[in-house]
Amino acid sequence: MSGDSLWYLLLGRLDAKSLPFVRAWENPNISEIIGAFAGALVVIGAIALVAVLTWKRWWRPLFLEWLTSLDHKKIGIMYIALAGVMFTRALIEAVLMRTQQSLAVNAPGIVGPEHFAQLFSTHGSIMIFFMAMPFLTGLINYVVPLQIGARDVAFPLLNSISLMLTAGGAGLVMVSLAIGEFSTGGWSGYPPYTETAYQPGVGPDYWIWAITLSSIGTTLSGLNFASTIYKKRCPGMHLMRMPLFCWTTLCTAILMIFAMPPLTVATALLALDRYLGFHFFTNDLGGNMMNYVNLFWLFGHPEVYIVILPSFGIYSEVVSAFSSKELYGYTSLVIATMVIALLSFTVWVHHFFTMGQSPDINSYFGIATMLIGVPTGVKVYDWIWTMFRGKLRFTPPMLFSVAFIITFVLGGFSGILLAIPPIDFVVHNTVFLVAHFHNVLIPGTLYGLIAGYQYWFPKAFGFRLSEGWGKISFVCWVVGFYLAFMPLYVLGLGGMPRRSQALFEPDYWPWLLVAEIGAFILLAGLVTLFVQLWVSVRDRESNRVPVGDPWDARSLEWSVSAPPPEYNFATIPHVSGRDTFFLRKVHDGAYKPAHHYRGIEMPKNSWVGPLVGLGSAICAFGLVWHIWWMAGLGFAGIWVPVIARSFVRDTHRWIPAAEVEVADRHWLDLAHATHPVPRELEESHVNRGLAEIIPAEVAA
Amino acid sequence: MTGPQLQHVDLDLKGSGHLELNEAETGVHGFWIFLMSDAMVFALLFAVYGTQVAATAGAPGPQAEFKLGSAFIETLILLTSSLTFGLASITMKYDRSCTKLVALLCLTLVLGIAFLGFELNDFATMFSDNATPDRSGFLSVFFALVPTHGLHVTAGCLWILVMLVQIAIFGTDARVKLNLLKLGLFWHFLDIIWIAIFSVVYLQGKLG
Repeated sequence: MSGDSLWYLLLGRLDAKSLPFVRAWENPNISEIIGAFAGALVVIGAIALVAVLTWKRWWRPLFLEWLTSLDHKKIGIMYIALAGVMFTRALIEAVLMRTQQSLAVNAPGIVGPEHFAQLFSTHGSIMIFFMAMPFLTGLINYVVPLQIGARDVAFPLLNSISLMLTAGGAGLVMVSLAIGEFSTGGWSGYPPYTETAYQPGVGPDYWIWAITLSSIGTTLSGLNFASTIYKKRCPGMHLMRMPLFCWTTLCTAILMIFAMPPLTVATALLALDRYLGFHFFTNDLGGNMMNYVNLFWLFGHPEVYIVILPSFGIYSEVVSAFSSKELYGYTSLVIATMVIALLSFTVWVHHFFTMGQSPDINSYFGIATMLIGVPTGVKVYDWIWTMFRGKLRFTPPMLFSVAFIITFVLGGFSGILLAIPPIDFVVHNTVFLVAHFHNVLIPGTLYGLIAGYQYWFPKAFGFRLSEGWGKISFVCWVVGFYLAFMPLYVLGLGGMPRRSQALFEPDYWPWLLVAEIGAFILLAGLVTLFVQLWVSVRDRESNRVPVGDPWDARSLEWSVSAPPPEYNFATIPHVSGRDTFFLRKVHDGAYKPAHHYRGIEMPKNSWVGPLVGLGSAICAFGLVWHIWWMAGLGFAGIWVPVIARSFVRDTHRWIPAAEVEVADRHWLDLAHATHPVPRELEESHVNRGLAEIIPAEVAA
Repeated sequence: MTGPQLQHVDLDLKGSGHLELNEAETGVHGFWIFLMSDAMVFALLFAVYGTQVAATAGAPGPQAEFKLGSAFIETLILLTSSLTFGLASITMKYDRSCTKLVALLCLTLVLGIAFLGFELNDFATMFSDNATPDRSGFLSVFFALVPTHGLHVTAGCLWILVMLVQIAIFGTDARVKLNLLKLGLFWHFLDIIWIAIFSVVYLQGKLG
């Protein structure tokens, strides 16, 4: 056996040039150096993480209390932590792209064309699959079981596996910074450009497997959430009594179940093309790339609602809580959510009006697209009516909600414009489109996720986040958004193509500069969020809300301590109406001990999730680099733990009734000893999580 | 009602200590959703098949490559295996001893393996005719759709094997019963998919 073939057998396509550091050494231009710097950050970050974990002796708690945990609350928090890391990277990439474009008007700028293409590919892929999706999955995980009065999700182990598959995919994207390169085919990865003929390297393979892992993880999450909501609601929690966030979760879950398979099929077929020489999407021998485009957007459009609907649910909760009013038009909001979920499957062709269908087909899809504006409009009015004559408090979550309503409506209008095929023909593939989808996704998804994070944080950790820093961050996110994206509408109408590394029209430059400033303000928005977190952790003793209801809110998750016990509820609640916790408060039924405490059975921790995640990441890495033994090893690493687990019978542990009773009575004593806080003081340290009840509200 | 039962599937979980009834209900519900999602995968592969069946690009097409006789035998084998699995489910409910259940599961396993053998033989014949997936859009989609079903059957066979081991260790405890119930759903689901493959791929390809 020659040395080369032995190398290939052991390490596949890996060689020294795979490392960005070597590339930067051999060809030291600024673009390569930026790449090497990013790769170095990943390596240094990993080393620093290991060092801190070792120094603080956190390895054991990390594994035994967190990574192996099947507690939906911990899994939710881990999802959001993952989203935070990936968000940071993808936002820095966005700033880098804006910087490049503002420098590259008739000039080379700082990053080369290939590098720029990798930037927009990773930015898009991460923001959708590894920022928005884990963030919303995390919030759903944390909140929904509490809202429906359940002790956990339907399948706690599957939940852990979903998390670890997503983390495996995210890890793969991070590794691509330090070893090899990422796809240059955009977040949608259209063939034939992503076929071997045009991109023989590892880039598209990283994309394929990272997305596939995320896709499978998300399908399993959807399944889990749907079963949770259908099967785990507490007695009396009829579907039409669920908080609206549960409804949007249900719709999102249904969308995940049906919309992720097209993505899995699309990436799998593309992989067959690339690995085994199939002809699904190639230019020759009967391949048809339109199949990919249809499959991708059959996923891609419902995906838009997968990421937006949970935020709609969050806004519904937040607006109602901070208006001290029942949600206006609950039934219409439920119907609107369902209609949006249904219609989201009927509009996918509007992503490619220009790709050769007949005008009749385009007309149908254009009209269907505009129809979605109707239920969305219903929702906007419902939120406004909820605020009408309410006792409004402009806390950070509420501020984000209000900014969302205004900004999202603007984005919706530009969407209606794009739904008209003749207009789409004119502005397609320009930054007008980029402006549009950021204009819906940033307010429609991101503001909601941030609002939800700030709203439920005190529940999860037992102390409030600093409202002052929250408001500073809010200003950054809103001002930054308008500065960064409104210029893109102008540039798009002026014909500036999206995804351009270099530009040749001097008139673009002032607008690009404004957008660049906006991007930096958005980055400041993220930095201030981290500052807020840091300041709040530092001052946590004065911001504690142990009783658990800091906002005088209405649904069941606020009826338990903050943070809630592992089993959520000492006794499973019985529900007799909507806004059940609020009803209990005004009728003096809250903070009462149970008649009788019972022992509780909770799932034991399991290593299966982390092992499956690790196995899938190793398998994917092996596939990317054609290291077949590693791929096989990883594949075995996925299935051996799963099969072994099916032989384990001792999967639960018992929490004795006495322990539950002691914890519950301790919390109740605390609640009775706590001074209730009026709404005007809820942003001060007087707020200990017990709301003052105003009797007048009973009449209303 | 005399004891815990999954009413809609008539699975008797009597005498099972450590598995709650509603846990079983939830598990079956979740598995149905999984099958629904998996059905989406097949539906999409069928759709792609429909668009690429004519894209033979000069390579051998359905007329030349499909052997109806062999596909028919495969159909009979798989349908019979569904029957034997159905009998196994009934046995699991009414019989106390595991012997008959194990025998029926083994029979199902043998039929599953026989099906795979015939199918692999088909593929090998096609390969020897130089009808390989890298030659045309049609052959690509054929070798994506039909082997995806085959892989599912393989997974099902492995699952039966695992269950046989579990029966040997645990007997038919509630968890084994529940797993067999899910496995049964999976096995019958693959039958339905195969009927669609036989009609859409083989019958249409040969007679259409």
